[in-house]
Amino acid sequence: MSIEGSSKPRLADSATLRWDKVRDKWVLQSPERLFFPDDVAVSVISLCDGQRTLQSITDELAREFDAPATAIYDDTVELLKGLAAEGVIVHDAGPR
Amino acid sequence: MTPARVEPPLAFLAELTHRCPLQCPYCSNPLELVGGRAELSTAEWITVFEDAARLGVMQVHLSGGEPTARRDLVGLVRAAEQAGLYTNLITSGVLLDRRKIDDLAAAGLRHIQLSIQDADPAEADRIAAYPQAHLKKLAVAREIRSAGLALTLNVVVHRRNLPRLDGIIDIAVDLGAERLEVAHAQYHGWALINRAALMPSQDQVQSAVATIAAAARRLHGRMQIDHVVPDYHARRPKACMGGWGRRFFVIAPDGAMLPCHAATSIPGMSFPNVRTTALKAAWDDSAAFTAFRGTAWMAEPCRSCEFRDVDFGGCRCQALTLAGHAAATDPVCDRSPLHDKLQALVEREVASGTSSLQLRRPKPSSRASDRSREYGLVTLID
Ligand code: SF4
Ligand code: SF4
Repeated sequence: MSIEGSSKPRLADSATLRWDKVRDKWVLQSPERLFFPDDVAVSVISLCDGQRTLQSITDELAREFDAPATAIYDDTVELLKGLAAEGVIVHDAGPR
Repeated sequence: MTPARVEPPLAFLAELTHRCPLQCPYCSNPLELVGGRAELSTAEWITVFEDAARLGVMQVHLSGGEPTARRDLVGLVRAAEQAGLYTNLITSGVLLDRRKIDDLAAAGLRHIQLSIQDADPAEADRIAAYPQAHLKKLAVAREIRSAGLALTLNVVVHRRNLPRLDGIIDIAVDLGAERLEVAHAQYHGWALINRAALMPSQDQVQSAVATIAAAARRLHGRMQIDHVVPDYHARRPKACMGGWGRRFFVIAPDGAMLPCHAATSIPGMSFPNVRTTALKAAWDDSAAFTAFRGTAWMAEPCRSCEFRDVDFGGCRCQALTLAGHAAATDPVCDRSPLHDKLQALVEREVASGTSSLQLRRPKPSSRASDRSREYGLVTLID
């Protein structure tokens, strides 16, 4: 299952994104996984609510960052692919 | 040599109790189990959670023994969450029911890791030494998902159950697990005395790698599969615990703070206890945590090796078991002078075909503990 424009990515049930006070960083975590996403990644992840499609997420980001939608689309796919490979993002009907 | 710079730990394993109704012959608990009366109290555990969060810890893995054997578990989960820790419960599941699961979810629990023993119910129950354990676990796993909690299915694999790896993957998918963790038995504690009966062949390990790679492709974006090639079959060791005193620690049921769960096997090492030592002082400065932190303690071949900051010389407890002293290069590494002997040992134990297993008991038979020296390479072969 690969991620595409009509996919509706969301955080895995086990994953949480929160601000870590000790390190002054965002942390995305699930058991055995810890990531420190940068601000752009945090914007992307925050939009992955299982309702928005990948296409609408990247359109929103393009508006927010005033950047060309195609470049944003490619970067976002790259990021989400990586996070899906780690199991912290899911993007289909999934095992719900 | 890099100086031992102390970063705050990321996560810790809270062994709430060593009590467990099951008797898995690969249990990672030490042979000398801590009795119920010596366990930390509710208030003591809560202090540990608060101190850990202040120190920079982000996750607590509530484990055992069987953590649900603690009557105060729901309160402990709530306290850990309130302290700001991500809570993961590592359980066999046999003591859980829907009411308890709902209570845990309401207390803020984020995730449950539930273990099964096999895909074949009869063999699973034999390994757990608990009647109907397998069916009970599957029912509990379904309740966990229907309560909306995230689930990892964990299975310890070894020579006996690897032929049914496909069936195990099917079970994980069927239960709606987010993640499947295929963990090869780690030969410490109980698994060490049962090593000859558990040791998989190289062929079995390679076919497991292929099976899992194919399943991971098929399930991408749906179910995550974590599989780590077992140490004895590798050419390079893993960074045990992400490096000694670098990322993780363990709190034993009696409050002993350990760099790894097998560290009590190292002779002459004394461990700080949370009853008497502040967590931060124990992490930063105690003799146990500084003993193998960083790379300054290393001898050759690790000392001048380009991988010394990658794997930190492998596992100290394994070095002790196999090479006879904890500061040796882990014989799993093909740069260790003992590596070839380790490969020969794997072949011999697989060829032995033995199926006799000593189940976990409150006390190991004296024969088992007396003989634990014989499981190394130096004493066994030289
Ligand atoms: S490995 Fe088995 S015996 Fe050991 S604590 Fe876990 S369930 Fe209990
Ligand atoms: S020699 Fe030591 S540091 Fe180098 S790869 Fe082997 S175990 Fe790691």
